[in-house]
Amino acid sequence: MDIYASLQVVWWLLLGVLLIGLAVMVGMDMGVGAILRYIGRTDLERRVALNVIGPHWDGNQVWFILGGGAIFAAFPLIYATAFSGFYVVMLLLLWTMIIRPVGFEYRSKMPSAGWRSAWDWALFVSGFVPMVVFGAAIGNLFQGVPFHFDWTLTSFYTGSFLALLNPFAILCGVLSACMSAAMGGVTVMGGAEGAIAERSRKVARLGWALAIVLFAVGGFWVAHMQGYVLNQFPGAGVAQTPLQQVVTRADGAWLSNFHAHNVLWLLPAAGFLGMLGSLFSASSERPLLAWWMGAVAWIGVIGTVGCALFPFLLPSVSNPSQSLTLWNSGSSQLTLAWMLGFTLVFVPLVVWYTSWAFYVMRGKVDPDQVATDEHAY
Amino acid sequence: MHDITVVDLSRLQFAATALYHFLFVPLTLGMTFMLAAMETVYVVTGKVIYKQITQFWGKLFLINFALGVATGLTMEFQFGTNWSFYSSFVGDIFGAPLAIEGLMAFFLESTFVGLMVFGWHRLKPGQHLAVTYLVALGSNLSALWILVANAFMQDPVGAHFNPTTMRMELNDFAALIFSSDAQAKFVHTSIAGYVTAAIFVAGVSAWYMLKNRHMELARRSFRMSVLFGVLSTAGVITLGDALGFVGAEAQPTKLAAMEGLWKTESAPMPFNLMAFPSQENQTNYGEVKVPYVLSILVTHSLTGTVPGVDVLEQRAEERIRGGIPAVSSLKMLSADPKDPVAMNQFTTHQKDLGYGFLVKRYADDVTTATDEQIAQAAKDSIPHVATMFWSFRVMVLLGLGMLAFFVLGLIYTLRNTVQYKRTFLKFAVWMIPAPFLACEAGWLVAEIGRQPWTVYGLLPTWMSASTHSVGYMVFSLIGFVAVYTVFIVIEMYLMVRAIRKGPDDGNGAAELDVGDLSLPASRKTLAEA
Ligand code: HDD
Ligand code: HEM
Ligand code: HEM
Repeated sequence: MDIYASLQVVWWLLLGVLLIGLAVMVGMDMGVGAILRYIGRTDLERRVALNVIGPHWDGNQVWFILGGGAIFAAFPLIYATAFSGFYVVMLLLLWTMIIRPVGFEYRSKMPSAGWRSAWDWALFVSGFVPMVVFGAAIGNLFQGVPFHFDWTLTSFYTGSFLALLNPFAILCGVLSACMSAAMGGVTVMGGAEGAIAERSRKVARLGWALAIVLFAVGGFWVAHMQGYVLNQFPGAGVAQTPLQQVVTRADGAWLSNFHAHNVLWLLPAAGFLGMLGSLFSASSERPLLAWWMGAVAWIGVIGTVGCALFPFLLPSVSNPSQSLTLWNSGSSQLTLAWMLGFTLVFVPLVVWYTSWAFYVMRGKVDPDQVATDEHAY
Repeated sequence: MHDITVVDLSRLQFAATALYHFLFVPLTLGMTFMLAAMETVYVVTGKVIYKQITQFWGKLFLINFALGVATGLTMEFQFGTNWSFYSSFVGDIFGAPLAIEGLMAFFLESTFVGLMVFGWHRLKPGQHLAVTYLVALGSNLSALWILVANAFMQDPVGAHFNPTTMRMELNDFAALIFSSDAQAKFVHTSIAGYVTAAIFVAGVSAWYMLKNRHMELARRSFRMSVLFGVLSTAGVITLGDALGFVGAEAQPTKLAAMEGLWKTESAPMPFNLMAFPSQENQTNYGEVKVPYVLSILVTHSLTGTVPGVDVLEQRAEERIRGGIPAVSSLKMLSADPKDPVAMNQFTTHQKDLGYGFLVKRYADDVTTATDEQIAQAAKDSIPHVATMFWSFRVMVLLGLGMLAFFVLGLIYTLRNTVQYKRTFLKFAVWMIPAPFLACEAGWLVAEIGRQPWTVYGLLPTWMSASTHSVGYMVFSLIGFVAVYTVFIVIEMYLMVRAIRKGPDDGNGAAELDVGDLSLPASRKTLAEA
């Protein structure tokens, strides 16, 4: 393979890493928000749960921001077409998402019970809705999105907003919400004690159990839906636009990569095993192991999605031949190379100091300290 | 084709959300450094009062920070949601600094802000100080990278158009990040943030002095802030001048609009102190001129001259005529990238491609463009003069005013008399909005002055927007206005409340009830612990 094609593939893999980082790190914080009202019955219990993620949610959230930025830099046509096509859904995501920073920061700044309860609802919405939207967006990729380009490569989205909320997409959305809620439960188990930890454990078990069922149903569904086949295109590593290819649709085509390379079946297997493993570790009160198993589950699920779609990134249902693939939507060689350089330097650095931050704040949250410390959430 | 109403609504939405984001950004940029400075004094001298000072201003900083983060999220995705053609056209270049900003700056800032808040009990003083510095570094690095991105829109260097992929592509990364526009913008804007924080701290401290509360904290904070303020205001003015100098080179239309320069004049040119420009008649009413000054200001010489609107429109018209064949050959290339005739024609006219797009707004098939349509497109190439003229003057006047204020404040605090100057202290409280206004005015100059382009000379604004329906755009605009209005009300309320409550130094708690804004006692309050 020539350099450009290799860079494109590397960036396809990095996109996967990024989405996994997003799902794991943002997912767990969202999960805590979504289950907050259940796991914490009193105000103090809720504050303890919030303070478990208090020092880290902002840093974790950067995975989400970086998700946006890196897609922009590495696959600009995806960034442009997907985000404008999914307009109303994106707004839903943004409007609920931006309540979160404000909620964390402001909730405990006033003593009023009504104030705090309102913010707890806000944190529920801002934890639950974005993860549903995240999953639903991925679900829509399997079915194709109604968009096309004119000669200038201006994109036009021709579907309605409701079309994005179809049954398969909702299934994927609920799957992603269940996995996040379970990860949230596991996280709180690790950082709190007593009744909160106990309720979180219940959430984690229920979440993983549901996720296992949904992932299986989803897999079955995908096996039978129409997939996409790239019949003709200028070639990997060749500068091109989506106006120069031929794409058709075929039943079961989303599994063709798995049939061609049996080793890929390890990915869905990792998904199931991670979920099961996390479920059992949570039951036996080993939150750290449960967290890592949950991360494995996410790797499995997102890896499965990526390999099923490969080389497609954003298939078009209204004009399949204008579908976006990693060959026609990526940045130029020079940009991909520079961005790879930055990634190789900074991602390890980020992982290093993030680990240090988790290490500094290790251990259980002390309710007495939360109650008296004016810096606590 | 684009619906111009949609384009205008997209502009309105971008302007509203960006200006809103920039209400919180400057305070973050400056406060992080002031907090680092305050904490340094604490760590070096070991005096507990400086720890109190750091923690108190840190609390106010966080109230502001939350909204900075929330509104920044909107910005990160808005290019894709609302400016999709823009994003695919220059994403190869523009996306990179945005991604690097996340990797290099946001992770740093956001990870360590968590430790800054929660780490007081867990870190040694020296470690905590290092964490605070890293937050300051992170926020300023974020400004650097976003301004590199923005500078590319103002002065697109380091890139070329690739007809095979139909977009701009990077060809010189170093040129992109070391562009003189990026450098000038970064220093001017980040220092504008320091000015903002200095005024904020000075104003709030002055208010405590007026109320005779927390005098220790207030006097020390005031002294630090005016010192910081004098230096940074002097810096922002010097570097603003540098920015004008760089900008004049890159964007003559912006300069002409800023100065209300309708006719090209011979050197040395006079400076319009005041004028009421009329776009329609292309002339100024009620001009007050100062001779020689404009040549000195923008060319740093007595013999330099800059083109006025008359000459610039003429030049634009020529380039539009050159751009028409560029667009029509590009269309042929999009059908067949190997067409040699089209490629030849394109290479000849490529440099005027953006101007060809400018007239495509009026004639979808550019080869049929009439003389009137070309003239209209040439007129479009001049930004709105009156807005530019006055936004610029508001920024500069506020800058000079703040400099005078800080110098006076410095004299008073060095003489230790500031606590008795009640009029000055009242004035200090009223100064708080000034830097925010100056910053917003600055962005209006920068962004409206770039019109009608999103990427100067290459990509017109009208083509950049996503192809949404008017209904979607109205819906999203209303949504943002609603969410952001609720946010600002809550933020101001908490900020005022935290200021009234003051630091927990047992030194002023008595007055708390008088003006306390907390909810009526009938509301149940939660017993904590
Ligand atoms: C000159 C400075 C400056 C400018 C022009 C902008 N920002 Fe900003 N931004 C900051 C300076 C900053 C900051 C000081 O670093 C903030 C403010 C509060 C904060 O948390 O960081 C921030 C926050 C912030 C965040 C949240 C980061 C986090 O979670 O920590 C995002 C995603 C963006 N910004 C994105 C943008 C985009 C896409 C912009 C362009 C339209 C933009 N900002 C303009
Ligand atoms: C936070 C600081 C910023 C403020 C206050 C600001 C302000 C504005 C304003 C007032 C407009 C409307 C101009 C008009 O349509 O007449 C605008 C448009 C725009 N700005 Fe900025 N801007 C900021 C930062 C940026 C940055 C950093 C970028 C790029 C990285 C950017 C990109 C754009 C784009 C794409 C548009 C829309 C197209 C246009 O109308 O020009 N802005 N901005
Ligand atoms: C008093 C002298 C000042 C001068 C001569 C000056 C000059 C300028 C110029 C020429 C621009 C337009 C940049 C462009 O061409 O794109 C600008 C932008 C800006 N100014 Fe100023 N300025 C001054 C004071 C201030 C002050 C006091 C503040 C705030 C505290 C401020 C904040 C800004 C901001 C935020 C921008 C937009 C960002 C940018 O383009 O860098 N300026 N200034």
